[in-house]
Amino acid sequence: MEFFKIKHDVPFMSYGRYTTSISLVTFLFAVFFLATKGLNFGVDFTGGTVMEVHYAQTADLNKVRDQLGTIGLHDALVQNFGSSADVLIQVPLKQNKVGAKLSEQVIDSLHQQDASVQLRRVEFVGPQVGKDLVENGAMALLLVSLGIVGYLWLRFEWKFGLAAIIANLHDVVIILGFFAFFQWEFSLSVLAAVLAVLGYSVNESVVVFDRIRENFRKMRKTEVHEIIDNAITRTMSRTIITHGCTQMMVTAMLFLGGETLHYFALALTIGILFSIYSSVLVASPLLMMFGVSREDFIKPEKTEAEEVLP
Amino acid sequence: MNRYPLWKYLLIAAAFVFGLVYALPNLYGEAPAVQVLPLRSGLKADAALLKRVDAALKAAQLNADVLSLDMTSVKARFADTDTQLKAKDVLNAQLGEDYVVALNLLSRSPQWLASMNALPMYLGLDLRGGVHFLLQVDMKGALDKATESASSDFRSTLRDQNIPYSGVTREGSLVTVKFRDADTRGKGVAELKQRFPGFEFLTHEEGSDFLLNAHLKPTEETHIQETAVQQNLITLRNRVNELGVAEPVIQQQGIDRIVVQLPGVQDTARAKDILGRTATLEVRLVDDEHQVGAGSVAPFGTEMFRDRDGGFILVKKSVLLTGERINDAQPGFDSRNNEPAVHINLDAVGARKFKDATRENVGKRMAIILFEKGKGEVVTAPVIREEIGGGRVQISGKMTTEEAKDTSLLLRAGALAAPMEIVEERTVGPSLGADNIKRGFDSTKIGFIAIAIFMIVYYMVFGGVSVMALGVNLLLLVALLSLLQATLTLPGMAGIALTLGMAIDSNVLINERIREELRNGVPPQTAIHEGYEHAFATILDSNITNLVVGIALFMFGSGPIRGFAVVLCLGILTSMFSAVLVSRALVNVIYGRKARLNKVAIG
Repeated sequence: MEFFKIKHDVPFMSYGRYTTSISLVTFLFAVFFLATKGLNFGVDFTGGTVMEVHYAQTADLNKVRDQLGTIGLHDALVQNFGSSADVLIQVPLKQNKVGAKLSEQVIDSLHQQDASVQLRRVEFVGPQVGKDLVENGAMALLLVSLGIVGYLWLRFEWKFGLAAIIANLHDVVIILGFFAFFQWEFSLSVLAAVLAVLGYSVNESVVVFDRIRENFRKMRKTEVHEIIDNAITRTMSRTIITHGCTQMMVTAMLFLGGETLHYFALALTIGILFSIYSSVLVASPLLMMFGVSREDFIKPEKTEAEEVLP
Repeated sequence: MNRYPLWKYLLIAAAFVFGLVYALPNLYGEAPAVQVLPLRSGLKADAALLKRVDAALKAAQLNADVLSLDMTSVKARFADTDTQLKAKDVLNAQLGEDYVVALNLLSRSPQWLASMNALPMYLGLDLRGGVHFLLQVDMKGALDKATESASSDFRSTLRDQNIPYSGVTREGSLVTVKFRDADTRGKGVAELKQRFPGFEFLTHEEGSDFLLNAHLKPTEETHIQETAVQQNLITLRNRVNELGVAEPVIQQQGIDRIVVQLPGVQDTARAKDILGRTATLEVRLVDDEHQVGAGSVAPFGTEMFRDRDGGFILVKKSVLLTGERINDAQPGFDSRNNEPAVHINLDAVGARKFKDATRENVGKRMAIILFEKGKGEVVTAPVIREEIGGGRVQISGKMTTEEAKDTSLLLRAGALAAPMEIVEERTVGPSLGADNIKRGFDSTKIGFIAIAIFMIVYYMVFGGVSVMALGVNLLLLVALLSLLQATLTLPGMAGIALTLGMAIDSNVLINERIREELRNGVPPQTAIHEGYEHAFATILDSNITNLVVGIALFMFGSGPIRGFAVVLCLGILTSMFSAVLVSRALVNVIYGRKARLNKVAIG
């Protein structure tokens, strides 16, 4: 079986202007939503208390809210989580006067109301810890970016490193834009997914770049844009199939992995989709713009005369 | 051209066998067990303890599947949780307070696997259930306490030396001493400098006052902070022992934080209570006039305590000194006979009280008692040889260097653990943990099956080879994780699924290359060869960029992210091996020996 029997190279580079413009617009939208709506940071980053409790039967959220009101937590966020018998309670740091002891007070109070309540999970994060996690996350992002540019620079050329990192950071910003637009919760595991996407989509660009380099060596008399078109067309099939396979795994996680892995898988899904787009239609046109040429790989042969010293 | 030398096949076979052996324990699962740990430093987990446990269980007619002895404990494995709980009660009653009986899970894998160090993967708290605390040590509190006690020591030193001064005040970390003239200040500086080497002294004038400013030297500050964290770690270890947790993790994180992980603990309220408790220390006189033993009643005005060897000591009720008066305790040696000793440094008030007490009680014994959870234990009970002034006390006699170190730690830990606060808590109930395992396992399984079906349909024989390589990848990854005993968390399980999804990339690259070569009219054998050769450079590049990400995540990630990063890094390494070497070996076995190969099944 074969999905892609493409006879002629697709002239991707001639669409370069359009595709990069589309990217730019998407990117600007993402930045706009990030700026106006902001990310809905989870308790990992903001600090606060999250509790997951399980009832024997369907939980009455209003009763739970009332009960929490009696211990002074009027603004606690109470919602169903996964099933109607599971309840998620979130208390921001501001309302929490007792620190780590809060979870005990809550569960004691709920227990008085309904003895069947069972504590499934507690997460309490103090303000300093949250701040540290944000700093470490930013640090990881920076380090990953520098590491990738550095490696690509060594292995290829600075133009490749720069093109790849721009294309891939654009993916990252777009994922974040989605999370801002839909106000999905941004937790530590989502951050891990975002960073994994960065590695993954660089991987994608590397495959195309490798082909471009090979083509420069093999197709001596061809124009630069044709070389790139050929490289993309030849790797198309692999791109789609690989991503399809990875996406199968991610889809399994999205539906079977439970709430914790849901947003992780969601971030990966968006990341995978956009990394296909960006490696083909953003990184390569950028490479053209930076003026990649055969001479970047093949040193011009020196003439004998130059080596004769006076 | 498509043949591997024998050693490559052997290498692959060896890796496969390694993978099988070390992944195998994961299939057996875990069974409930109890673990008996000695609490006192004098007691050891030895054959005698093993016999006692065995006898106690036999007497109660509880059958242990396996009873084993290791470096620190005796473990007994049972068929079900019911027997486990009964066994815990029986052992608790039989062994008394000297041992902790903790509930645990032990691998059900056979002995020959365990003897090769083949254990199941170490599950993180989110998969097995338990509590994770991050405690912040109040460094400022520790420093304030040190300066506060120093300022009162300044006062008493100056008074003792008859150096007139008009006041000592403390503002934050700065202690200011007021003098009337430069001359007395000179004397004061000389005296204080000699006695308090940890302080920096600066003189300056303000109006008619001659001032002396003192603050802690930076090296002294770090020293105080380091010991504060160390003391708290020791105290926490002692307390966690009481909780009866099988494999607690108590570690320093960063400069001023301590991580405490208690797998399997559900009663978080009790855990918090025990962790947050402060121990106190008291010095009292020993009553040597009455003889006591187990079961006898303490005479009026005295109390009976156990000492560290398990014996009993009768102690008077009136308290000479409390632990708050101890500034520092360090292990060292007796200057006269070079025996190991503990040097204690008391603050000014403590020194005065101690001087009076020792003067009146020369020749008698004095007990140092550590109270925790309202229960006292005599740490040591030395004889008072002479009046001791100056606040410098030395305890020596019948001590090893190790004991001197332990005692000084206990004295410090009991005396001045800096306050701590819980800044992060993560509790996962056991049912949620089990759910998480199931979810992670299910999604990996379904994803794997989907990929396998697709690959075989799309690439036929080569697809089958790719799937087998992917299977070997999974096997090796699980084996490595088990061997390294790296903590597997839910994001870690996601990492396994994700690396499998990404590992297939290498095989797709290779297969597409082979197809392309075939399309260009290259004969099959050459196409296979060229396909693998060309794809390799690309595979290497893309895996290294992924490795860069994995390492950065590992360095900066905390908790769940770190678990993900470990799996990602290991998965990249195993996928390089399996996708390139293993799949090539399989292809070579299938096609390599056919001299005239006209067609390959690659779809």
